[in-house]
Amino acid sequence: MSNIPNDLKYISSHEWIRVEDDGTVTIGITDHAQELLGDVVYVELPEMDSEVALEDEVAVVESVKAASDIYAPLSGTIVAVNEALEDAPETVNSSPYDDGWMFKMKPSEPSEIDGLIDAESYQNEIED
Amino acid sequence: MGLQTPFYQNHLDSNAKIVDFGGWDMPLHYGSQVEEHHYVRQDAGMFDVSHMTVVEVTGQKAKPYLQYLLANDVDKLKESGKALYSGMLNEKGGVIDDLIVYYIDETHYRVVVNASTREKDLAWMTQQAASYAVNVKENTDFAMLAVQGPNAIEKTNQVLSANQQQAVDGIGVFFAADCEGYFIARTGYTGEDGYEILVPADQAASFWNKLLAVGVKPCGLGARDTLRLEAGMNLYGNDMDEGISPLEANMGWTISWQPEERDFIGKAALLAEKESGVKNKLVGLVLEGRGVIRSHMKVVVEGVGEGETTSGTMSPTLKKSIGMARVPKATSDSVMLEIRRKLVPAKVVKASFVRKGKALV
Repeated sequence: MSNIPNDLKYISSHEWIRVEDDGTVTIGITDHAQELLGDVVYVELPEMDSEVALEDEVAVVESVKAASDIYAPLSGTIVAVNEALEDAPETVNSSPYDDGWMFKMKPSEPSEIDGLIDAESYQNEIED
Repeated sequence: MGLQTPFYQNHLDSNAKIVDFGGWDMPLHYGSQVEEHHYVRQDAGMFDVSHMTVVEVTGQKAKPYLQYLLANDVDKLKESGKALYSGMLNEKGGVIDDLIVYYIDETHYRVVVNASTREKDLAWMTQQAASYAVNVKENTDFAMLAVQGPNAIEKTNQVLSANQQQAVDGIGVFFAADCEGYFIARTGYTGEDGYEILVPADQAASFWNKLLAVGVKPCGLGARDTLRLEAGMNLYGNDMDEGISPLEANMGWTISWQPEERDFIGKAALLAEKESGVKNKLVGLVLEGRGVIRSHMKVVVEGVGEGETTSGTMSPTLKKSIGMARVPKATSDSVMLEIRRKLVPAKVVKASFVRKGKALV
């Protein structure tokens, strides 16, 4: 059974989003996503300070099996990337919600946050 | 639900992730494919390969039949249990399958072919047998288990009977011992030492459990693929197929040209190909930039032309991405790979990356 923390937001392409107190958001992939992928062997992170639009392909996670695109859940600017993943991509498997975070954004359209789904909706989506 | 091997319950007991593989329900991994890969490089792992097909070729003309059927020459086999790797080609010189043939005696050879090619192999072998006094028959009495790794032989020997231990004592590479219903071959598909064992199907589950008890770890098809790729071994359907000649698949060494009077299926086509010049070659690649090589990526060879990757992965041993590619013959030591619309440099090497736990590139 996958772990789906209640305090996070989600999009149906299996990214999680945490809205931080300073207004930035942190993004990673869900426990369910890392299970589907299998051992993660490579992560390509977005460029710092780049401007991205909602649903842009901004990063890539590759497992032993396949490559998966990571989509921007919001429009905004990339303000941090988790460089530790470049040397230890397996952290995405072992700690998808904490040490395995991928990047942080400063949203340019905060209203887009309302379009994200909650844990219960995400749970329903992956059960379908 | 697909076909199940005699080890199916063992897989479930070890929490396997089961996937469909050519109609068979097979273990992809038992938790972590990368960890399983390391068990085999560092200790001992076991793989259910019962989906592979065992074919018994028997009869007075077994030898001339196989000499015509295969590009390698079974006349090299003189001792009972000795094994030979060969391509089985069509008239155009394309690879129908790659296989291992064991010599039992002059009128009995045991052939092990791939799972994914079972039906066409059996059909082809049967068709070619029509003009020979031979019997070609699939043998389904066995389960098949590969035990591989630096400690594989020692650990397996612990669970063999006294007679079997004696039978495998000092056995050479590419030899098999036939003892008490077990056919224990010192072969493999990982680049490590070990056995591939035909086990009577009704003893498969208990044999697995004995190996588990002496510390042999279950490994799935995922690790089997990364191990074989590190070892530089071809995967049928990826690195070669019916449209590819062995001369373009790094299998030239498996073609036996001597004696000249021996004819074999595909020989005329291969001779013509050599005459007009072999166009491509299969090489190893080590990615120098960031990313992961996958099959069917475009390879750009500056000033020469283009090629295509046939296999690729992130090597768990080397922690670099490696792969194989079919490229123009004139390709030298560096190429560019197109990965997500970007060109990434790769070094061209002999397709052999890791053997016996040691990095070769």
